[in-house]
Amino acid sequence: MNITATTAANVTASTLATGKRKDRNTSSLIFMGALWFSMFFGVAVLAALILDTALSGAGRFDSQLLFDYESTVRKEETGFRAGILGTIWLMLATALLAIPVGIATAVHLEEFADRTAWYSKVIEVNLQNLAAVPSIIYGMLAAAIMGLLGFTYKGIVLGGAIALGLLILPVIIIATREALRAVPQDIRQGSLALGATTWQTTWRQTLPSAIPGIATGTILGLSRAVGEAAPLLMLGVATVRFDPTSVLDKVTALPLQIYSLASAPQEALQEAASAAIILLLALIIGMNAVAIFIRNKFQRSW
Amino acid sequence: MTNLRASSHFPVGAPADSAHRFHAGNGSELPEVPPLPVMRVDNLNVYYNDFHAVYDVNLAFGRHEITAMIGPSGCGKSTVLRCLNRMNDLVPGARVEGEVTYHDQDIYAAKVDPIAVRQHIGMVFQKPNPFPKSIYDNIAYGPRVTGMKVESMDDLVEESLRSAALWDEVKDKLKQSAFGLSGGQQQRLCIARTIATKPDVILMDEPCSSLDPIATSKIEDLMQQLRSDYTIIIVTHNMQQAARVSDRTAFFTARPDETTGNRTGLLVEFDRTTVIFENPTDPRTNDYITGRFG
Repeated sequence: MNITATTAANVTASTLATGKRKDRNTSSLIFMGALWFSMFFGVAVLAALILDTALSGAGRFDSQLLFDYESTVRKEETGFRAGILGTIWLMLATALLAIPVGIATAVHLEEFADRTAWYSKVIEVNLQNLAAVPSIIYGMLAAAIMGLLGFTYKGIVLGGAIALGLLILPVIIIATREALRAVPQDIRQGSLALGATTWQTTWRQTLPSAIPGIATGTILGLSRAVGEAAPLLMLGVATVRFDPTSVLDKVTALPLQIYSLASAPQEALQEAASAAIILLLALIIGMNAVAIFIRNKFQRSW
Repeated sequence: MTNLRASSHFPVGAPADSAHRFHAGNGSELPEVPPLPVMRVDNLNVYYNDFHAVYDVNLAFGRHEITAMIGPSGCGKSTVLRCLNRMNDLVPGARVEGEVTYHDQDIYAAKVDPIAVRQHIGMVFQKPNPFPKSIYDNIAYGPRVTGMKVESMDDLVEESLRSAALWDEVKDKLKQSAFGLSGGQQQRLCIARTIATKPDVILMDEPCSSLDPIATSKIEDLMQQLRSDYTIIIVTHNMQQAARVSDRTAFFTARPDETTGNRTGLLVEFDRTTVIFENPTDPRTNDYITGRFG
């Protein structure tokens, strides 16, 4: 009995200590290498790009970049004041247009609409596709809307906000729907079983619970809109040299100003454009950081 | 197996307050059928799209009685329960035939508002589902949304929590999140929340299935206290629980369709709990009670 036990133990020990690791064989290592290379390639290209831009704009990280107007005369002091303010105006107007409509659409689709109806399915498919539509198409759509509204000059805050709002509407709708879906059915049923109406349940239970998700999605949508130039170009948004004071004022945006200065022949203007690119990147990273912060802080485990 | 009731008297971690726990005779002196039923179910058939989920159920629920619905999984007992306050309306494709009456009013009549039905017939769910709010706001939610005239919300909250035997445990933390409570406390909070809207009937869908034995026995004690004011209908997987708490028991089973294999639930036997557990008429009930099936 004793001998058998000892033998069995030895057999186990010898078979376990093979000195090799099966998940470190040649094909595994090659595959692992391919994965590493792919990851490194993507990150390295991005890093090189950012570094190159930052270096070429290095001389222009000054207050004039932020607070001065664009100038082709005093090239070394040209600034992005109009673009920065324009972008802020555009973002506020876009948010005001897109957030209420987007949330309302998502609430209707998730909480009230008959999902089996054909029109719900049509809307469903369209929403998924809208998120993939090239942004310039939204510029054309906004130009058409502005035309219908009777504006001859379309490069104003309202026009830009319509274009960018339409652009991020699908993003907001999809994010809000996800957030609403994450609220457990138990909560809705508990509320309905107490004699609350569907409307009360949505307004007092489902929506408040979904707010962190909605906020995150909305900010990510806006941070996409911040970097957009194509739909604004379509509207004829040009570079201007004053601060907008109403939604009907002419406006420019940071990406557009970058676009026009980066293609200028003067080296000083190109340098300023590089600096502004880093500024725009920082803005977008900041917005995404806020979104991630909200998501982590208010994340609820049910 | 006539001994099952006796053996189930063994209280799980609860004070053996048998006079209280086991309501006067618990069935033996009950009339054979509920004399003045609060709710009746007549020839109830439930369908989910083409699927026939429940076949021809007839039940009557006596005032201030506890009625248990037992049976194997998929026998339609929860479906029947959810038909009693029209929560089944929320399931897409659900369709109900037959009659469900509450004080002789058909709750499925065209003019009946399901919201009003649910204000009279409250429901406690399988998994405790407190709202992500404070304990106080959980209780106050029902009265607020239904527009109940409340003289003092503080008093109503206290009264409801006392009725649910939770007041002493939470009175110092009413403003804290309900999520901080234990599972059993959360379930009693859900019962308190239901009581706060002053319903007539309380439906309980396996209210103890996610709770430990101590929390379970607290809920069972609570049901005994609540019976003097409410009519309680409980679905349970736990036969001993049905035997311990109920006056009448309905035993359901599932019958597979010969062609599709879909299981349709049907009522096998409905009688006083003592009869169901000690002297059932139907052999299927006997098999289930004795553990030979299910």
